[in-house]
Amino acid sequence: MIAAERAPRASLFRFAAPQAFYPLAGRLAPWFAAAALLLTLAGMWLGFFVAPTDATQGEVYRVIFIHVPAAWMSMFIYLVMAFWSAVGLVMNTRLSFVMSQALAPTGAMFCFVALWTGALWGRPTWGAYWVWDARLTSQLLLLFLYLGFIALTRAIEDPRRADRAGAMIALVGAVNVPIIYFSVKWWNTLHQGASVSLTKAPSMASTMLAGMLVMAFAAWAYTLAVTLWRVRPMILERERHTEWVGAVLEAEGAKAGGGR
Amino acid sequence: MQWDSLSAFWDMGGAAAFVWGSYGVTFALVALEFFLVRRRRLDTVRRLLRWRRAVGKEKKERAA
Amino acid sequence: MLNTFVAVLRRDLLLAWRGRADVLVTLAFFVIVVCLFPFGVGAEPNQLRAIAPGVLWVAVLLSCLLSMHRLFAQDHADGTLEQLLLSSEPAVVWVGAKVLAFWLSTGLPVVVVAPGLALLLDLEQGALPVLVVSLLLGTPILALLGAVGAALTLGVRGGGMLLALLVLPLFVPVLIFGAGAVEAELSGTGAVAHLLLLGGGCAGALALAPWACAASLRISME
Repeated sequence: MIAAERAPRASLFRFAAPQAFYPLAGRLAPWFAAAALLLTLAGMWLGFFVAPTDATQGEVYRVIFIHVPAAWMSMFIYLVMAFWSAVGLVMNTRLSFVMSQALAPTGAMFCFVALWTGALWGRPTWGAYWVWDARLTSQLLLLFLYLGFIALTRAIEDPRRADRAGAMIALVGAVNVPIIYFSVKWWNTLHQGASVSLTKAPSMASTMLAGMLVMAFAAWAYTLAVTLWRVRPMILERERHTEWVGAVLEAEGAKAGGGR
Repeated sequence: MQWDSLSAFWDMGGAAAFVWGSYGVTFALVALEFFLVRRRRLDTVRRLLRWRRAVGKEKKERAA
Repeated sequence: MLNTFVAVLRRDLLLAWRGRADVLVTLAFFVIVVCLFPFGVGAEPNQLRAIAPGVLWVAVLLSCLLSMHRLFAQDHADGTLEQLLLSSEPAVVWVGAKVLAFWLSTGLPVVVVAPGLALLLDLEQGALPVLVVSLLLGTPILALLGAVGAALTLGVRGGGMLLALLVLPLFVPVLIFGAGAVEAELSGTGAVAHLLLLGGGCAGALALAPWACAASLRISME
């Protein structure tokens, strides 16, 4: 340990150690949270006051500024989760498993938000809260994959087994996501023809696109902040037998309750 | 500026329930998640502190 | 290696034969699920004919799921699984044998019964061969994917429901192409594309799932 402190050589890999990552996460998270807040305000301002009224849909389209970023984020988070799971299984790094488990609830949340806002957007625009469209259906299945991952990692009591089993199911899910999407799309084109095409967005003003992108960055920063915050107690829990966690706990205890 | 008045803004061209319903639920969920993460952190620290003190006491007793 | 495969296969088939009541329960479940639908949606023959492929396939998924947890549970309880994992034989071989035995003892009977039930729902007889072929190609995928889920949830409390949550979303493509094949045959567009995709899925699952299942068993038994 002393050697590692003396030689700050293996720059980034140093943070693969929970002891180094814990304070780093604590320092970074507030900045990402602040960035998320500022970006959200900027994105909402762009979305509500700069972007023009849509010619065909009217004002309802303004749901897009959360709907699309949430949908993007929910898919992206699953990929990141699968990535950390693979890293954990291959390199046997405990922190990667913790990362993927900390990401899952936020991914599921964005998945639900995408479905919810999609339903509220669909009702006035296409006349139905839900259609069995390929994208909606795959999004729903993605939510089930998230819920399965969360349920499995919570149900297994031994953390080592929970880590690996969760990583395994995340990878199996990631392999299946393209298959699911392809099959649902195939099924959808056979059953519905081209009744509702959600892809049609010919005349999107650049300000609309800008608002959407800014909101996507906000969602991204928010995910980082919340995940880092969620990782911290998970690290404490797993490393509770170590000296450094003892020191952290005593410091926290002194800060919170004046020692007792 | 897109809106003639504040009430026009709230009305969202007649789609107030849908637009504000989306934003409302989203921000409520974000706030809820934020709150849950914070509470989990406080709970964990408190529980682990208690656990640590219990273990420490046990060790001392065994030594005595 | 082949010896191990054959030995495990024979043993599991023998065990399945001794416990054939379980297989009969699975079949009875399958029949009952299919028979519930006319009560639910009405006995109008045209309507039944329209939903028959989907109903049959959903019933197959559910009955497969119902028996899935049996795949490793017995061996887990009596310690056989541990011995097998400790043995020098590659785990993929005996995992493959176990899944094959499972499919032969629960998947195949369901496939055999399905055409009879299809007649109850007044499915056109011309579509029966396609139904059987789609089931023959699809049920191995269900068994292989389900085996991974069963291995991961081994001995976990509430494992049955958890297994359903884990594998049902993964079963969706099989359901789409399986039921789709029968519907395509009925509508006259031909079921070849669906069946080819199912066959591709079956080959892919055969290539990947035994390894994933063996790794999952190791994770669960550590």
